[in-house]
Amino acid sequence: MSFWNKEIETLERKKLRELQFERLKKTLKRVYQNVPHYKAKFNQAKIKPSDIKNLEDIYKLPFTTKEDLYVDYPFGLLTVSIDKLIRLHTSSGTTGKPKAIFFSKRDINNSAELIARCLVMTGAKRGEILQNSMTYGLFTGAFVMHYGAEKVGILVIPAGPGNTERQINLMKDFGTNMLHITPSYALYLASVIYDKGFDPKRDFKLKRAYIGAEPYSEETRIKIENMLGIDIYNCYGLTEMNGPGVGFECPYKSGLHIWEDNFLMEIINPETGEPVPEGEIGELVLTTLNREAMPLIRYRTRDLTRVIPEPCSCGRTHRRITRILGRSDDMFIVKGVNIFPQQIEQILMGIKGVAQNYQIVLESYDEMTIKVEIDRELFDGKIERLIKLKEEIIDKIRSATMVKPKVELLEPGTLPVSEGKAKRVIDNRTI
Amino acid sequence: MDKVYIISVFAENKPGRLERITKVLAEANINILAFSITSTNGFGVIKFMVNKCQEAYKLLKEKGFTVSLNEAIGIEMKDQPGGLYEVVKILSSKGINIESASVYVAETRKKAYLIVEVEDTTKAMESLKEENLKFLKPEEIL
Repeated sequence: MSFWNKEIETLERKKLRELQFERLKKTLKRVYQNVPHYKAKFNQAKIKPSDIKNLEDIYKLPFTTKEDLYVDYPFGLLTVSIDKLIRLHTSSGTTGKPKAIFFSKRDINNSAELIARCLVMTGAKRGEILQNSMTYGLFTGAFVMHYGAEKVGILVIPAGPGNTERQINLMKDFGTNMLHITPSYALYLASVIYDKGFDPKRDFKLKRAYIGAEPYSEETRIKIENMLGIDIYNCYGLTEMNGPGVGFECPYKSGLHIWEDNFLMEIINPETGEPVPEGEIGELVLTTLNREAMPLIRYRTRDLTRVIPEPCSCGRTHRRITRILGRSDDMFIVKGVNIFPQQIEQILMGIKGVAQNYQIVLESYDEMTIKVEIDRELFDGKIERLIKLKEEIIDKIRSATMVKPKVELLEPGTLPVSEGKAKRVIDNRTI
Repeated sequence: MDKVYIISVFAENKPGRLERITKVLAEANINILAFSITSTNGFGVIKFMVNKCQEAYKLLKEKGFTVSLNEAIGIEMKDQPGGLYEVVKILSSKGINIESASVYVAETRKKAYLIVEVEDTTKAMESLKEENLKFLKPEEIL
């Protein structure tokens, strides 16, 4: 197991928490002194940085939401003057203005430092070649990875996305060992490689790919891994928190390590804002602990995940989260229970005989109907098998959500085809 | 002793499903010799024995139906009182459990066959070898 910064990556939990608290205190003090918007929010909540006596006290602080990023836009949340800034990245807002995130020199260096940890964690090293097929531009993805890889001493090919023929030529001519790429483009690239008659294992020197920026399933990961004969590592990040490198998989590929010396993570119930019991699904909330220009306090990512509390076999003490399960806005309530479509999806995808497509239909507040397409390939003509399948779906969903669903088995192709953001929940309820 | 084949199609319990399936078979000039429907709350399985089973299976699959090809045994019955009883008595004495069944009446009531799907077709046929039974041969399915 290789480490970029073994001391910090394997720091004893107690010491790690002490470091977190020390950095939290400094951060709170800085935003309270320098950011009028934070000061006003803290005052409104009748709280001062000095009231935070330990990490658990973080629950007393108000959340920061994406709406806060538009208050005093665009420079309003800075703790440094503009002459300390060296980079702007934006994240496309779904409506109107983009979210603007500024980096100081120290922040750029630090984001590269975190990527260096991630890359070395997966076995990458000096002398290897990374083809960076993410978009270079306002989006953080490509740049942050680029700087991090350079820090390790990796040769970076700044390919950017698209022009698949050229991508393949670069991979072949220079012996690319690693790709940084979106899942959809990786799938496409792999299929073109096959169409052109290449054998990835024979014709390329590819070892790994870092995949993120779009949701994708475990099945897709395995598919790309098998097609290209490589290891694929999930990465998690958001522009508001540097971009990629917030969470990254180690060689055990069972959850993404969050760099807890840099980010304080909480998992909350998106409805109530209260913390959920450790290990339960909720919304990820992050506080930057090591950011200079634009610290964010209790930032609501809207991403759903859960903490994996068990220590990881890789030796890192920084806790893991599961891959992002969806958006907290997707939550719905049946029989008073909060349910996420992603919970249902995870269960369905783990059941043999079920196809990819499903829909949750809500007609009343105490019943949910789950429509599931059966897997054409696994149909064996036996009705008993289908009855068992239906019972298995009902049982597994009931034990995970405490709500017994109605299940309808459908012929494949009956439900609308999912193209990325498929409409999974049909809510026909009226209040 | 030869196996015969049954085509099974998954269908939701909705009007028009059987119509859609049989239309495909009719247009391909495929003859249905026996069929059965098993349904439960919301969905069912429709089973056919047809004269061109491989062709019918391929065709239905191409058309997007959820279909499987299952082995079956066709056993001749006397078309008279007690005909079915004679056959199932033998099956049960051999411990063969019928998972699904339909009847094929051939040559306008000269002969009738009980078509059964069982858990292990090969094993079941082996155990029936010594019995005084006549089995339906694939080439007899017209």
